[in-house]
Amino acid sequence: MNADPAPAPASRAAQSPLRRVAGDFFANPVAAFGFGLLCTLVVFAVFAPAISPQNPYDLAQIDVMDSRLPPGAASASGGTFWLGTDDQGRDMLSAIFYGLRISLAVGAASTVLALAIGLAAGLAAAYLGGRVETVVMRIVDIQLSFPAILIALILIAVLGQGTGKVIAALVTIQWAYYARTVRGAALVEKRKEYVEAARCLALSPARIVFRHLLPNCLPPLIVVATVQVAAAIALEATLSFLGLGLPITEPSLGLLIANGYQYLLSGKYWISFFPGIALLLTIVSINLVADQLRDVLNPRLQR
Amino acid sequence: MSVYVVRRGLQSVVVLFAMSLIVFLGVYAIGNPIDILINPQADQIDRERAIAALGLDKPLWEQYVVFLKSAATGDLGHSFVHSTPALRLIVEKMPATMELAIAAMLIAVVLGIPLGLWAGLRPHAFSGRAIMAGSILGFSLPTFWVGLMLIMVFSVMLGWLPSNGRGPTVEILGVDVSFLSLEGWRHLVMPATNLALFKLALLIRLTRAGTREALMQDYVKFARAKGLSNARVIGVHVLRNILIPIVTVIGLEFGSVIAFAIVTESVFAWPGMGKLLIDSINLLDRPVIVAYLLVIVAIFIAINLAVDVLYSALDPRVRLSDSKG
Repeated sequence: MNADPAPAPASRAAQSPLRRVAGDFFANPVAAFGFGLLCTLVVFAVFAPAISPQNPYDLAQIDVMDSRLPPGAASASGGTFWLGTDDQGRDMLSAIFYGLRISLAVGAASTVLALAIGLAAGLAAAYLGGRVETVVMRIVDIQLSFPAILIALILIAVLGQGTGKVIAALVTIQWAYYARTVRGAALVEKRKEYVEAARCLALSPARIVFRHLLPNCLPPLIVVATVQVAAAIALEATLSFLGLGLPITEPSLGLLIANGYQYLLSGKYWISFFPGIALLLTIVSINLVADQLRDVLNPRLQR
Repeated sequence: MSVYVVRRGLQSVVVLFAMSLIVFLGVYAIGNPIDILINPQADQIDRERAIAALGLDKPLWEQYVVFLKSAATGDLGHSFVHSTPALRLIVEKMPATMELAIAAMLIAVVLGIPLGLWAGLRPHAFSGRAIMAGSILGFSLPTFWVGLMLIMVFSVMLGWLPSNGRGPTVEILGVDVSFLSLEGWRHLVMPATNLALFKLALLIRLTRAGTREALMQDYVKFARAKGLSNARVIGVHVLRNILIPIVTVIGLEFGSVIAFAIVTESVFAWPGMGKLLIDSINLLDRPVIVAYLLVIVAIFIAINLAVDVLYSALDPRVRLSDSKG
């Protein structure tokens, strides 16, 4: 994957930044594996309706006679339930594909929104300074001194339950991480010569912030965002498991696990176990990608 | 120093007020308490009388002042479900949560620091790498799912440990505890392990990083050059210096252990504050929710304050007046 390392400086400079990062990224087989796994999971999630053996939420397709079958059991209609069925006779494999879809969608949606808010707040704090900076950073400090689960529970207790409210809670938790990261990066970049040069050219503040400052703040932000997607998915699963997350009509992986909890004690492990494995693979693959991105995008480690 | 403590204390009071305002507005103003507190069968006159009795006809700021006044005297309202004072309900459940949190923290410290030290001294050996891989798992695994898997293996498959509850408790100084009986231990060990895993991973990483950094310092090289034994160099020179950040993190993380106990308590049906909170949210028992939130916020603020003060006392290099971005 990587270019020949011999005349490093010249050839590396000639490469586009994206290709250089991609080359460094895939040099680590573990990270490449994580990336491949993540892509597979995303494909499963996006194409869930096409690849699932059944639509687990179409009552015409599920049969109560098939309920709580162990993995590998044959269904009444001739197919095989590779991962067993739940208490309603749903194929667990299909339920996991659909659950993955919802979990990833909630994680991605909350990350994008939080990123936008955090980016705006962090850039404003760094560029404007003064009172704006004090207020924003004080809120960030106070918020980050409380654990995410506690803030999420406060918000859910206050706002009530529902998909939009879960996303709102996740956004409220996450924006602070982005704001802090962006401000830190922007403060460093702001003092560099190219920003001074842009000021001397009398470019508009908006142009300086968005065309010059923002792109240079992106590397640390990408790393934080990757970690935070995993954290958001885990938190949503936890909330759903506690019965305070997504509604029963949108069963994410956490809700599937919660659903199997009562059957776990009677030895029917698969209803909780396999959604948990799916959740675990998702979080681990994202964390592997994030770990490698941190090394690749860190200028101090760059050869 | 004393100026710092006073200023930091005032800051804590401001945060506590802000949180009480947010919680009050959220729970009492956004949701309509009239619908929940008053019997829907009541006629108009009864309704108005009840609204007046509860003070809900007053302007919002006046309601908040009343709420604050009663909160200052320890009265946070009565639980709708249990019809006992909400605060007493929380305080009754507190020992169970504290016992769980302390047990978890002990597990994390007793295992985490030696493992982290080992991994820091042998970063390239197989054992060091295996410990780090394990700590990554500890970060990635969702707590509640690990709890379920523990129950599956140790309660359902092996039948060694009970899957829920606290078991028989022994009263000591007016507080019920589990850890004084064997049966209590059997109930405690699984939830405590579950709650400890995340902090264990954190402590391993922190200790390892600290050890690797300390080993490169001149004072360690000097101690080695003096011909001190390996045990002494590591035990005294390395460990002592990395303990300052570790103690800080242990202190700060204790609050988060109490918060995360919500999840573990729900999985193992441990009768603590966290389970009470989840039950109260499901039953819309608002006074208990408010009481829980205010109590935990107060605990947090107290812990943060104590750790900050302790930190500046332990490490004179730290000037805490600036806030790091």
